Amino acid sequence: MAQTTSTILRPADYISPTRRTVMGAVFLVMALCIWLIFSLSIVTDAKTTFVLVPGGSKVLIADLVFMSKPVLDILAFICAALGVYQLAKGFGRYTNTILGVVAAFFIVAFLTWGSSGTSLNLAGLLKVAVVRAVPLTLGAFSGIFCERAGVFNIAIEGMMLMAAFSSALFGSLVNPFFGLLTAVISGVLLAYVLAVLSIKYKVNQIISGTVINIFATGITSFLSAKFLQKYSALNDSGRFGTWDVPGLSQIPFIGPVFFSHNMFIYAMFIFTILLTILFFYTRWGLRTRAVGEHPKAADTLGINVIKTRYISVMLGGAMAGFAGAYFVLGSVGRFDEVMTAGRGFVGLAAMIFGNWNPIGALGAGMLFGFADSLASKLAILKVPIPNKFLEMAPYLVTMIVLAGVVGRGQPPAAGGQPYEKE
Amino acid sequence: MESVLELRGITKRFPGVLANDQISIDLRKGEIHALLGENGAGKTTLMNILYGLYKPDEGEIVVKGQKLDVSSPRDAINAGVGMVHQHFMLVPVFTVTENVMLGDEYLLPGGFLDRKKAARRIMEISEQYNLAVEPGAFIRDLPVGIQQRVEIIKLLFRNADILILDEPTAVLTPREVDELFKIMQKLVEQGKSIIFITHKLREVMEFADRITVIRGGKVVGTTTPGVTNQVQLASMMVGRQIELNIKKDLAKPGEVVLEVNDIKVLNARHQIAVDHVSFEVRAGEVLGIAGVQGNGQTELVRALTGLTHPVNGKISLLGSNITHANAKKIKELGTAHIPEDRQKDGLVLPYSIEDNLILNTWYESPYAKRHILQRDVILDHANSLVEKFDIRTPNALTATSSLSGGNQQKVIVAREFSRPIRMLVASQPTRGLDVGSIEYIHQRIIEKRDQGCAVLLVSTELDEVMQLSDRIAVMYRGQILAVVDAKTTTREEIGLLMAGVVPAGS
Ligand SMILES: Nc1ncnc2c1ncn2[C@@H]1O[C@H](COP(=O)(O)OP(=O)(O)O)[C@@H](O)[C@H]1O
Ligand SMILES: [Mg+2]
Repeated sequence: MAQTTSTILRPADYISPTRRTVMGAVFLVMALCIWLIFSLSIVTDAKTTFVLVPGGSKVLIADLVFMSKPVLDILAFICAALGVYQLAKGFGRYTNTILGVVAAFFIVAFLTWGSSGTSLNLAGLLKVAVVRAVPLTLGAFSGIFCERAGVFNIAIEGMMLMAAFSSALFGSLVNPFFGLLTAVISGVLLAYVLAVLSIKYKVNQIISGTVINIFATGITSFLSAKFLQKYSALNDSGRFGTWDVPGLSQIPFIGPVFFSHNMFIYAMFIFTILLTILFFYTRWGLRTRAVGEHPKAADTLGINVIKTRYISVMLGGAMAGFAGAYFVLGSVGRFDEVMTAGRGFVGLAAMIFGNWNPIGALGAGMLFGFADSLASKLAILKVPIPNKFLEMAPYLVTMIVLAGVVGRGQPPAAGGQPYEKE
Repeated sequence: MESVLELRGITKRFPGVLANDQISIDLRKGEIHALLGENGAGKTTLMNILYGLYKPDEGEIVVKGQKLDVSSPRDAINAGVGMVHQHFMLVPVFTVTENVMLGDEYLLPGGFLDRKKAARRIMEISEQYNLAVEPGAFIRDLPVGIQQRVEIIKLLFRNADILILDEPTAVLTPREVDELFKIMQKLVEQGKSIIFITHKLREVMEFADRITVIRGGKVVGTTTPGVTNQVQLASMMVGRQIELNIKKDLAKPGEVVLEVNDIKVLNARHQIAVDHVSFEVRAGEVLGIAGVQGNGQTELVRALTGLTHPVNGKISLLGSNITHANAKKIKELGTAHIPEDRQKDGLVLPYSIEDNLILNTWYESPYAKRHILQRDVILDHANSLVEKFDIRTPNALTATSSLSGGNQQKVIVAREFSRPIRMLVASQPTRGLDVGSIEYIHQRIIEKRDQGCAVLLVSTELDEVMQLSDRIAVMYRGQILAVVDAKTTTREEIGLLMAGVVPAGS
């Protein structure tokens, strides 16, 4: 057949003129902020100290000390230059990368300014960021399992809460390992309910997810108030201990930040690799993604759409259960009412921001975790911003990201649609 | 000759429809057997039953002498039956290799996908049958013609020897159709047998070994191209004598009604869909826009009717600049629009016929007085149009969602033609309709032309464009390659233009 084409070729990465201008303006505004608000408000000879050893670590390295003002001015200048170039010519397909760079500069400038004249424990900040990323990233993984197969799961929050509860209760009654097992099981059970409602009975998936969230909040709060808060022996599960990765944990700065944690943090990294392999290099992954993109096509090739969806949703439940156990077994060692505090939803945001991709989700989880960590750290610094506003930072970042500042991702095409055979 | 496949007494009922009624056909080894029938005749249903997607209510399937119980596509695939569906079953974000191997993957030890081996097999098939594809390309980047090859390769990858092609030519340029038939020829030479579904008479006459005509879910008869002709096939298909060629007088073009000057229109994804297009339409003539689906026709029509606006250029209607006018303004200047997607853009399906007939005039006298709808007037209006336009319905209060496609289209035509119009923009006016309705709508369009209305007809059916138009513009990749005189042009010339080939010297 002659190579005649009947479609219009799409430009590889189209950036609309509006978007180009807006981005340029954003870069310039950031540059202005760095210069006007940060640089001009500090004295000329102020010094910034970044501590590179997190509290309690024995892997030592000297503090990073530098003059605040010149650094701020340089950062402002680079951002401005990038902004001008963006307005004049545009970075095209690299626009988002440059946006990331400018945002990173802005954060560095902010930290430099906030800690000028004093010191900031940068290593501690990053270490906490990694920890805070765990429930968000694992939550995002739960979402990836479900949505890649075409089922919306907004019940991650509820599944995590239920799992946190079970891990506290059974962790106290038996041991943390049994607690973890029951957490995963409770996640799977709730996922089964979600699957039956949305796959078999074709209930609107947002509604079935909401129902599960409400149910989980209600029952855990009730049982917690009735038993766990009364009998402290039922709410003392203990935690998984910190385990230093031999060798790696001794690297200055990197070691304590990444390789001196409990197993949930390592699990996050391992799952990132496992899920990537599973989804993109195995038969199961290919079939599951096909079901989430074009279930009818999968069906015509003899793939059981319904079964595939059930399996995926329940794996998602197991992942949410694992994430829920982190709140208790990986963090505080006890259950508190509604302790997940919306992390399941932020996890969904991380999934979207990460473009339904495990590695992307990890990056997004880290970003949100950083915002979270920053909020609590800055409360200690003498930044003239009210505390409550700082606490909004992670959610603010989530909203800005979801509002499409970074452009739209590519969700699985059949997401949220029940499959009808005839 | 031996039969590789027999369908015996297949019956399938859908709620309220008897889609297949005791259908029996057989397929011989190495033949191209055409299933000919109008839209809604039950062809796809029959093939979906054979492929295990639907369960028949009655009847049996015999493949190579063995009675086969197909309860899922897997059973059909294992029996060597493969199907290219009317709407392609390809995952746009997957590569060719991934789409082809999906469901029958090659694996490395440890359960990992062996994309390399699958790609090699695809290259082998592609060489054996002349089906050039690039295994690593993403489906979403491929034109439909190539996507169709991928679908065929999917069947061959599974060693299917009974191939079902459901309306494979609907999405192709005439030239791609010829290529497809060469491929089909090659397939049967190598021992495959093909069921080829279509509603186009020309194709079955040229390419089929045997032809089975289906009407209203029943087999009307089986024949061969040698002993039949198009007129006879048409009447078998429709059930009565029909006129294949519409009668029309020469056009008497008057003043310019619509003038399009160098416009550029973007599609929803901000890509250039209409690229520097200029033309004019005069009163009393039909300008046909031919072209394969997806070459910018949709966006052009949207720009002309105010549903989107060009980023460049100028559109004027009867002297007024409507480049940035909205749909209402353009309608009030006397434009009628028969939209491409009648169910989405032409009707409010849950509304009654009565209300759909005043969708764009409800605020005008006499239908409304001081914002109050005049129900009596509206109903009288509806009743008279139902009669005049022969809309088959229990009454004018019936919801349009329960009408057949042909009658839905008549509601739109009735609405648009029953007010004074100077310009008609008709996009795919007969797509998916039965031959009777097509005839009717064609006559009405010619009638409007003869009353001095300017008509812009956009259609991907070459026959339709050639029959109705006085001049034909061919669109390819957003541009108008040429405007030719309908009286002097040939199918071949337009077919080449539709494939982007501009004849030398023009
Ligand atoms: N899934 C379905 N549910 C209900 N009715 C259907 C379904 N599929 C097809 N039909 C009806 O069955 C008849 C035959 O349709 P189809 O087999 O698609 O025709 P063809 O392929 O010949 O155009 C039509 O009246 C159609 O409306
Ligand atoms: Mg069909």
